[in-house]
Amino acid sequence: MKVDTLIVGAGPAGLAAARGARSVGRKALVIDENWNGGGQIWRGQGRLVVGVAFEFERQVVDLRGLEYDRLILACGARELFLPFPGWTLPHVVGAGGLQALVKNGLDVRGKRIVIAGSGPLLLAVAANLTKAGAEVLLVAEQTSWTKLARFAAGLWRWPSKMAQGILLGNPRYRAGLWPVRADAGGVTMSDGRRWDCDYLACGFGLVPNLEVPRLAGCAVVDGFVEVDEWQRTSVDGVYAVGEITGIGGVEKAEAEGWAAGCGTKIQGDHARFVSRLAESFELRTGLRGLATPDTIVCRCEDVKLCKIVGFHDRRDAKLQTRCGMGACQGRICGPILEFLYGWEAERARPPILPTKVSDFVRKTRVTLD
Amino acid sequence: MIVNGVSVDVADGVSVAAALMQLKIIPRRALSGEARGPLCGMGVCFECRVTIDGQPHERGCMVRAREGMEVRSDEG
Ligand SMILES: Cc1cc2nc3c(=O)[nH]c(=O)nc-3n(C[C@H](O)[C@H](O)[C@H](O)COP(=O)(O)OP(=O)(O)OC[C@H]3O[C@@H](n4cnc5c(N)ncnc54)[C@H](O)[C@@H]3O)c2cc1C
Ligand code: FES
Repeated sequence: MKVDTLIVGAGPAGLAAARGARSVGRKALVIDENWNGGGQIWRGQGRLVVGVAFEFERQVVDLRGLEYDRLILACGARELFLPFPGWTLPHVVGAGGLQALVKNGLDVRGKRIVIAGSGPLLLAVAANLTKAGAEVLLVAEQTSWTKLARFAAGLWRWPSKMAQGILLGNPRYRAGLWPVRADAGGVTMSDGRRWDCDYLACGFGLVPNLEVPRLAGCAVVDGFVEVDEWQRTSVDGVYAVGEITGIGGVEKAEAEGWAAGCGTKIQGDHARFVSRLAESFELRTGLRGLATPDTIVCRCEDVKLCKIVGFHDRRDAKLQTRCGMGACQGRICGPILEFLYGWEAERARPPILPTKVSDFVRKTRVTLD
Repeated sequence: MIVNGVSVDVADGVSVAAALMQLKIIPRRALSGEARGPLCGMGVCFECRVTIDGQPHERGCMVRAREGMEVRSDEG
């Protein structure tokens, strides 16, 4: 069945695109691999759009066979995880990752949690976990106080909820601090202090999900999908919105989605906020030295750091060590290798993940009239 | 939900990964034998993968636990 506007992703960007398409009378279909809409921030709390078709629990791994006049990619971002001794222990979870598990039913009441890594997300996670009854012991941000202060001072220009957290403050928030080693019952930080904890929730910022845009053939510049003011990518009829065009939070995602959906120009100046975020939370190069030769880099194939030295690109390393050849297809270790060695991703080939029977059977369709 | 042959009560709308974590059940063991747990919570890392109703390599964080659903982890 051919649709006028096909949207991949039902996060803030994809939902805004659906509203936009609807407002100009276009027929839209939104596909998302989650079982509900709202993306990473709203997780099931996002309002679906009346008159738009939604297909949940379906992962787009190939664009062949999908028919549309316009394709709007709103695939969002994932967390960047960095390897350090102990990061593969079961109580070490992503920061947004733990929050997602809690939103999906994990009970953290009374659990002692250390949150570490980088970016405003850490504060959002701290607030949400506290609300869920956890005891947040520490929120460790790797960037310096100086950079943080400069970022906060500029915030009045961007009334972003995500950023307001920094201004409101959290008494457990520390800058210039990062984890160096996790052990079964806790974590040791860069100042030498060890914390006992039930979970270490750790994420070093966000990286865009570029697999589907790459599949569509969209040009990627400096790590993000290149778009013009109309959100058009380098491929005719393909648009990109939200985190895949630059990490900038929910307001940017919605503004871009709406513009692409309606076919208008983007409103507001989001580019400056995007670059301000990137500069303020730039990862210190010292973090490259956290992994020891024995630290696992590729969790799927158990490839240690010492096995990855001496190659000149990701493909070379992959062929010789199986790094990035496991179940996640390099989604976790790929950004790590990029941070450690500057190796970029290879071209995507369909299917971008092993297609499973369940992709076809567990599909749910929702249309609100 | 039936985990490794044992019936457990899980509230509505809880993901398989969250339910296993609550029960302190390790979804998967790495090639080295090391226990692993969910990392990303959003379907990217595959560390939460288990066998669900006979289907191997399902991401537990992307599937809602249902009554009668049979889940097998590397533990069982
Ligand atoms: C784990 C995590 C937690 C976050 N928590 C917060 C928070 O608490 N507060 C906050 O302000 N910001 C949070 N953010 C940042 C927030 O995601 C962004 O600010 C913004 O809302 C992103 O909007 P988006 O629509 O671009 O992407 P997303 O919200 O990420 O939505 C993208 C959607 O696309 C779907 N998708 C991707 N690829 C495919 C595919 N191949 N097939 C089918 N569907 C696909 C995904 O399932 C997802 O639902 C979080 C980010 C992450 C990664
Ligand atoms: S926790 Fe990462 S895929 Fe489920």
